Amino acid sequence: MITSATAQGSGREIRDSVVIRFAGDSGDGMQVTGSQFTLETALAGSDFSTFPDFPAEIRAPAGTTFGVSAFQIHFGGTDVMTPGDAVDVLVAMNPAALTVDVHDLKVGGTVIVDTSAFNERNLGKAGYAKNPLEDDSLARYQVLKFDITKLTADAVKPHGLTSREAHLCRNMWALGLLLWMYGHERAATIEWLKRKFAKKPLIAAANIAALNAGHAFGETAEMPEHLVGYVVPKAVARPGRYRTVSGTEGLAWGLVAGLRAAGIEKMVFAGYPITPASALLHTLANLRAYGVVTFQAEDEIAASGAALGASYTGALGVTSSSGPGIALKTEMLGLAIATELPLVVIDSQRAGPSTGMPTKAEQSDLFQAVHGRNADSPLAVLAAATTSDCFDVAIEAVRLATKYMTPVIVLSDGYLAHAAEPWRIPREADLPKFPVSYRTDPEGFHPFLRNPETLARPWVKPGTPQLEHRIGGLERDYDSGHISYDPDNHARMTKARADKIAGIARDIPLQDVALGDDHGALAVVGWGSTFGPIHQAVKIARDEGRDVSHVHVRYLSPFPRNLGELLKRFDRVLVPEMNNGQLVKLLRAEYLVPAEPFGKVTGKPFRVTEIVQAIRKVMEKR
Amino acid sequence: MTVTTITDAQLAPKDYSSDQEVRWCPGCGDYAILKAVQKACAELGLVRERTVFVSGIGCAARFPYYMSTYGFHTVHGRAPAIATGIKLANPELDVWVMTGDGDGLSIGGNHMLHVLRRNVDLQIILFNNEIYGLTKGQYSPTSRRGTRSPSTPLGSIEYPVSACGFALGAGARFVARSVDTMQAHLVATLKRSHAHRGASFVEILQNCVVFNDAVFDHITGKEVAADAQILVEHGKPLLFGKNKEKALRLKPGKLELEIVPTDSDALIHDETNRPLAQLLAALEPPFPAAMGVLYCNPAASYEQEVYAQAGGSKGTGELDALLNSERTWEVTS
Repeated sequence: MITSATAQGSGREIRDSVVIRFAGDSGDGMQVTGSQFTLETALAGSDFSTFPDFPAEIRAPAGTTFGVSAFQIHFGGTDVMTPGDAVDVLVAMNPAALTVDVHDLKVGGTVIVDTSAFNERNLGKAGYAKNPLEDDSLARYQVLKFDITKLTADAVKPHGLTSREAHLCRNMWALGLLLWMYGHERAATIEWLKRKFAKKPLIAAANIAALNAGHAFGETAEMPEHLVGYVVPKAVARPGRYRTVSGTEGLAWGLVAGLRAAGIEKMVFAGYPITPASALLHTLANLRAYGVVTFQAEDEIAASGAALGASYTGALGVTSSSGPGIALKTEMLGLAIATELPLVVIDSQRAGPSTGMPTKAEQSDLFQAVHGRNADSPLAVLAAATTSDCFDVAIEAVRLATKYMTPVIVLSDGYLAHAAEPWRIPREADLPKFPVSYRTDPEGFHPFLRNPETLARPWVKPGTPQLEHRIGGLERDYDSGHISYDPDNHARMTKARADKIAGIARDIPLQDVALGDDHGALAVVGWGSTFGPIHQAVKIARDEGRDVSHVHVRYLSPFPRNLGELLKRFDRVLVPEMNNGQLVKLLRAEYLVPAEPFGKVTGKPFRVTEIVQAIRKVMEKR
Repeated sequence: MTVTTITDAQLAPKDYSSDQEVRWCPGCGDYAILKAVQKACAELGLVRERTVFVSGIGCAARFPYYMSTYGFHTVHGRAPAIATGIKLANPELDVWVMTGDGDGLSIGGNHMLHVLRRNVDLQIILFNNEIYGLTKGQYSPTSRRGTRSPSTPLGSIEYPVSACGFALGAGARFVARSVDTMQAHLVATLKRSHAHRGASFVEILQNCVVFNDAVFDHITGKEVAADAQILVEHGKPLLFGKNKEKALRLKPGKLELEIVPTDSDALIHDETNRPLAQLLAALEPPFPAAMGVLYCNPAASYEQEVYAQAGGSKGTGELDALLNSERTWEVTS
């Protein structure tokens, strides 16, 4: 994807797109460095996609390979849909980061190292018998060796920091250099540093000095041979106001937007700390001014119970967790289904089973979301494709939950939660409106009287006179809502619950084709956060002349009503997903289509090339 | 929120009855509790549409179906969590949690701990019959050692939990005990619990006529009650016996109660004294069982503090402002 040319006059080389990875110890501030580089990239007008990859340990022993924290950003003018397969520039702050991350560097790629960090002790911790900077093991790459530790110390000297404090400024020096390399500004970062260290002006000044020193280093005449400046074109984007958005922010703001769209006064968001879902609780805890009440419950069960209790009063109940926590909420989901109350459940999926790999993403909760409850207990399931899609999916979840009086599970994942993209900010006036109505009329009322169109029961706020009623988990009579053990009634109610959820298919968009024709040799079908790599891979395969289409399924329960018919118009169906084959089985079960699995369960997102190869392989099988 | 209030001040206990047929075993202590609650509701003039009874699972949990108020029969042990959500969403509602010894202290023990510690404004009424009734008679966490049941044919070897001791340990600010058959005392206790802002915990000794009949007879039997119970009242001496001839006092030099004749220095009940409440809650034969309000020491309730922290925020913040917070940039064509 890289072209090589020189921008006239600037002396800088032109790149269509670039992938940079900042890697260092978990205490080296790599996430902050990446986030600030992302902000400057956004302000420079590039499209981008980021991928933070950090260890579960808060502070793993310094210098170890399992303590390496990395942040990858892919940015450029066109086709930036993933954080990038292979890395163009690796910033390795210590030997452990080099050994963990160098394998993803392109042949001929650039690696920038801090030579001071390559001491005997750190080399030993990283498992290097010899210093890789001194033999030919890195011969395939352009290695830029700078004594970042010393250069930083020199830069911050006037501010009188301790050597420990000075050491912590290294990331800003590296950031300054990278910002210079790509012609980015520093102003937003300087402003951010001033804000972050408002109470420690000395630290702010030292960090700014390090940032400026890194930047100036690039500008100097004694520029090392391989240190080149680049120009990356701006993206062609729809006019409008933009910002960066993470999946967590997208979900939080989408829930608030959904609350407004539904005209509901209050949201009670109840959660329990769990990686990687906690960030949503943190974000919403600051949104009291928007009608949000957050509640950190004693456990996952109580979190779902409190959310359901809130829904029972006519508020919007929302709960959130990751796979193991969702498992604990199962019982309450059953009650929400039985009592037909709205409930939004956000599942930030992570690698499992059990505790698994908490900080690594996976899409392995699809079965749990669709089927993971006792008895016949249907509910609606949606999945977010991108960080900006998180916003829209959250709004849609609120719409379906309140219109159909049902729990709705939104599947996100650990990757989406932390990744960031540019987002065209919508205006509230342009967002959908779907005001709820609460039943107040006692005439002919019973709690399970169904809307003939949606089959939803009425929503009644306790406090409404003359509508006092009792609901619960016991089966209830279709015609009166009273407890009933009648066999035929149970069959009728089971069918009513199923029909209600199935009927949602009439109220959601028909399945479209994200790329390519609506028939042909191969449909590559994906869901959730794999949208980017699948889309890019199908694009490449089509450029190779292959008859391939990309179908992205956002509604996983119920499926769009034309999905089966659409898939049957393809000779083959390939289903890449970050699990051991879940959507593929649902599609086969539902439609008897010969869908083929392509799973990846390494805890890392798909690379585009992996999917391209899978497409080639499946098409050559014929 | 504004609701049209129908004055229920003149309602009789029967007006709090739903149209559903009550289905507890004949002779079950729950009938008496239902009657007492309905009487308390009438005497308090509770507004039916603003009152919500929440329950978990078990015999006691059928309670909401028999009330003409709002009711939510939820899942086993989780009623405190659901009730917390109800109060967080609408603090105006008057919420009662009806639970049992299995529901509230076994499967829901964790929720009970936290709802009490948080001090959510709820009346939590725990029917303690020392047995699992609905599942046909297994021993419960309050069953005494040696209880023979289908799951403990040789007698249980577990030590029981004291419901009131647990509540006090969890930080409850209102803890009381009464008995299903002591109607007047029970109604008065329920009314006290309702007057308390914050989590109020009431243990009711309740007879399971089928699986654990007469298990409290040594406390509640007509012949023995006067000697086996002590009715505690704030500011009054701790006296018991047919002619109030016995008193409780602190054993000199020890944190321990002892029984003495009335003419000695009886301890005066101070319901704001948590250590005293713990001593009273723990009384076992040969001491009398303490009945009444063991502890009452109010503080701001959880949901009150949540809304106080929110600073009266109306939830009307500008969505556009939120979405445009922090760094944004303009793309022009």
